[in-house]
Amino acid sequence: MIATADYIRILPEIVLTLFGLIVMFVDPLLPESRNVKPLGIIALIGSLGAVAASIYQMRYPGPAFWNFVVVDNFSIFFHLLVTIAAALVIMASFEYLRVQEIRAGEYFGLILFGTVGMALMSSAVELVLIFIALEISSISTYILAGFRRRDAGSVESSLKYFLLGSFATAFFLYGIALMFGATGSTDIPQIASALRLNGAPLLAYVAYALMFVGLGFKIASAPFHVWTPDVYEGAPSPVVAFMSTAPKMAVFAVLLRILFVTESPSLLAGSRPVWFWWVWGSAAVSMTLGNLGALVQNNVKRMLAYSAIAHAGYLLVAFAAAPEAGISAAMFYAASYTAMNLGAFIVVSHFANAGERYVTLDDYTGLGRRSPLLAMTLTIFLISLIGIPATAGFFAKFYVFSAALKANLVWLTIIAVVNSAIGAYYYLRVIVAMYMRDSTQEIPVMRVPAGVTATLLCSVAAVIYLGILPGRVLEFATRSAQSLLR
Amino acid sequence: MSGSAWNTWILTLVTFIPLAGAVLLLFLPRRDRDIKWFALFVSLITFALSLHLPTYLHRGQPGFQFEINIPWIPTPNIHYHLGVDGISMWLVVLTTFLTPLCVLISWKSVHERVKEFFILLLILETALLGVFVSLDLFLFYFFWEFTLIPMALIIGMYGHERRVYAAVKFFLFTMIASAFMLASIIFLYAKTGSFDYVTIQNAVRDGASFGITGHALGWLFLGFFVAFAVKVPIFPLHTWLPDAHFEAPTAGSVMLAGVLLKMGTYGLLRFNLGLFPDQSRQNQSWIMVLAIIGIIYGALVAMVQPNLKKLVAYSSVSHLGFVVLGIFSFTQLGVDGAVYQMLNHGVSTGALFMLAGIIYERRHTFDLDEFGGLATPMPIFAAFFLFITLSSLGLPLLNGFVGEFLVLSGAFQAKMIWGILAASGVIWSACYLLWMYQRVFFGKVKHSVNNTLPDLSARERAALWPASIAALVMGVAPVLWLNIIDPAVHSVLAPLAQTTAQVVR
Repeated sequence: MIATADYIRILPEIVLTLFGLIVMFVDPLLPESRNVKPLGIIALIGSLGAVAASIYQMRYPGPAFWNFVVVDNFSIFFHLLVTIAAALVIMASFEYLRVQEIRAGEYFGLILFGTVGMALMSSAVELVLIFIALEISSISTYILAGFRRRDAGSVESSLKYFLLGSFATAFFLYGIALMFGATGSTDIPQIASALRLNGAPLLAYVAYALMFVGLGFKIASAPFHVWTPDVYEGAPSPVVAFMSTAPKMAVFAVLLRILFVTESPSLLAGSRPVWFWWVWGSAAVSMTLGNLGALVQNNVKRMLAYSAIAHAGYLLVAFAAAPEAGISAAMFYAASYTAMNLGAFIVVSHFANAGERYVTLDDYTGLGRRSPLLAMTLTIFLISLIGIPATAGFFAKFYVFSAALKANLVWLTIIAVVNSAIGAYYYLRVIVAMYMRDSTQEIPVMRVPAGVTATLLCSVAAVIYLGILPGRVLEFATRSAQSLLR
Repeated sequence: MSGSAWNTWILTLVTFIPLAGAVLLLFLPRRDRDIKWFALFVSLITFALSLHLPTYLHRGQPGFQFEINIPWIPTPNIHYHLGVDGISMWLVVLTTFLTPLCVLISWKSVHERVKEFFILLLILETALLGVFVSLDLFLFYFFWEFTLIPMALIIGMYGHERRVYAAVKFFLFTMIASAFMLASIIFLYAKTGSFDYVTIQNAVRDGASFGITGHALGWLFLGFFVAFAVKVPIFPLHTWLPDAHFEAPTAGSVMLAGVLLKMGTYGLLRFNLGLFPDQSRQNQSWIMVLAIIGIIYGALVAMVQPNLKKLVAYSSVSHLGFVVLGIFSFTQLGVDGAVYQMLNHGVSTGALFMLAGIIYERRHTFDLDEFGGLATPMPIFAAFFLFITLSSLGLPLLNGFVGEFLVLSGAFQAKMIWGILAASGVIWSACYLLWMYQRVFFGKVKHSVNNTLPDLSARERAALWPASIAALVMGVAPVLWLNIIDPAVHSVLAPLAQTTAQVVR
């Protein structure tokens, strides 16, 4: 007999699935020309319902379904993150779908189903379930990436993402198998105790490496980042806003759980965990390659793709740092990154217009004149990505760097600081284009639809809130880190 | 509000009223006239409120006043801690004094995107004030970095031809240099668990018990120093300054020269001297040498500039060299003079940039060859220009003289040769300024277009009168300022004196 509390512990997933199904059922009943709004509203209600369900969950912490999922502060944090991201993207997509002539039913349905996977990833504590959740989320995003199906770039994006992505998940699965071989379990706490009792056999090292390959691909960290610019360039912009934030953050949650629960560094009394140098190296290489790659991009979507690689690197710095401060810094970074990156891509998506035509820096010239408010919003996101005070990005970097310094990772911090200085340059190029150069071509000014406005307002509010009063979110992240390490 | 409540909240009010004004401006309709009047109104209110500080400051009381200290962020332990002493208080007043003048001087010269311009100007004012009043290192860094965006945008959006290059160069120079300061601040926090200025000051003095080695202190000193040296700018890190100054619109140049550069010298005084007295002593000689190179090099380069605005820009390098010289002389006279010179430079060079901007509005060039004989068509302009030029080159009874005299006396006290070399800078500055004045104003009118130039308008005069009066009063009655600066400087120098005593013992 399964207790009611168990169902509450997967309530967000249930709500999302339910509304995803409703969207699919209602879709054929509506005329295709006028279905965007009703379907979108259903999806929005669904995602907001999931947000509410995640908040409701706080009262029911604990394991459910034979210890397959656990609801603690940590999973609630990521539940909220992915569901809010989904809601924001849904809100901003209404107009986009109409302009790009994309069928709304599948689009909204897939976002909701994908979010189910992401939510499940952050609360699952069993590797096979994590794998299934990862697949749910990944397959949805593979399809979403190809939604502008008349556009060769979008199809290329989808196919590339799918082929490489399934390859990566295979690695992850193989890692799970080896871990099972090494410890006799796929349950994360049991793996942890087995490793603690018997020490880590060579097989476990290989298992860690393979799992890191699979998950490293999903978070676009070097050296598994090569797909990112092409996929982001081709995929529909709101989808990029979504897939560069929500699924990535969910995978970060999985990484945090696997790496820190199975091998929390305190267990090894001072010595570094086995995966330490991989994470260190991957962080350093991601930051460097991401920033250097972004320097030479003229396509804003590609530039933001490289910047996403760099930001994955900064986040991994937090992983390499001390457990508690590091985890809370990583979580804070995840929240900030979601707000600013999602916002930036939504501006890009609105501005790109039909057929995603206007995406190069040249198209951005004079944007400050044409639509001052939109330009100002993008500027706020960009200075947050640079890490200027009064924005979320500043505190995010600050917490990560100080966690790293606390763990005496001086060189990694230096690499990170140098990288953020490099990073300033290419974000600045966009600001320069918008405000300081005059437009060379006639680009129509599009009215900003209500949904996009709402999404942007929420993101700007989040960026500034986290940039001025980061205390509460950080405190919650710290408590989550404690609940994870306990 | 009762008196004590005023004293607690006055700094917050002064700092954030411009920002509030900027936010309100965002919602005002784009009617340029209203926007300008509103910006002027906000900046004047801020100035009026800032006068509360010198009025109610307790002269005899050492340490910081008008303090407010409330927890802001629990982890890391950041406090909203504001306060001023006799040094930073005058810099606050300088900032609030120059901003309305900037609004006036931009009245006509900014034609388009007027709303954005004044929003940026007011945001910049808040950021600058924040830098001078923060007593929490984190808060300081917060405002410090925040000055970058509005300033870079002002240069890049409203400047001259190579504005984008200048804006990006300015941004990157400062951004990269302040990364070192951030690293130092985080390191200090990691060791002491606090960002509070006074707490850290005590912790550093007792470094060993916090696990801060002398070796680390040396690096920390350099970390702060680099960030400030770029801002001042100290030779050879000055290369961004001529570009930024030259390309910036008039109000941008005024804020840049008048206040932004003072962030650097203020930082040197407050953080390098305040937190690391021993290291300051150890590094004194090469910094003094750089300051002297800056004085002479800046003057020589200014002399050969064919361009009015570049000339004034290089003169800033030279004048700021005096300030650094005064600060690192570690003598009461020298540091008093340095602080005074910061204010003088803000007033005089700010006014010089305004004058350069006024002539640019009429002729759209800064080329000295294009002028000549301007005293005939524009007598009032010539009179103001002469007055400010004399104040800048240090004519007795005007403000520049007092500052330079004090700085040089301090330098002589510290080491004779430094004083002698630096004193030559005074001669150079007389040379290039007077020669410039001669080329612009005396002789016959060389170009016939110049014959019909209109003289100053009432608005331009309104912008120049306050600066000129300030220059005069500061020259005649420096004691009004110095008797507040002096005790503050004394307490800054106290730990330095202790270390000397220890060395001697």
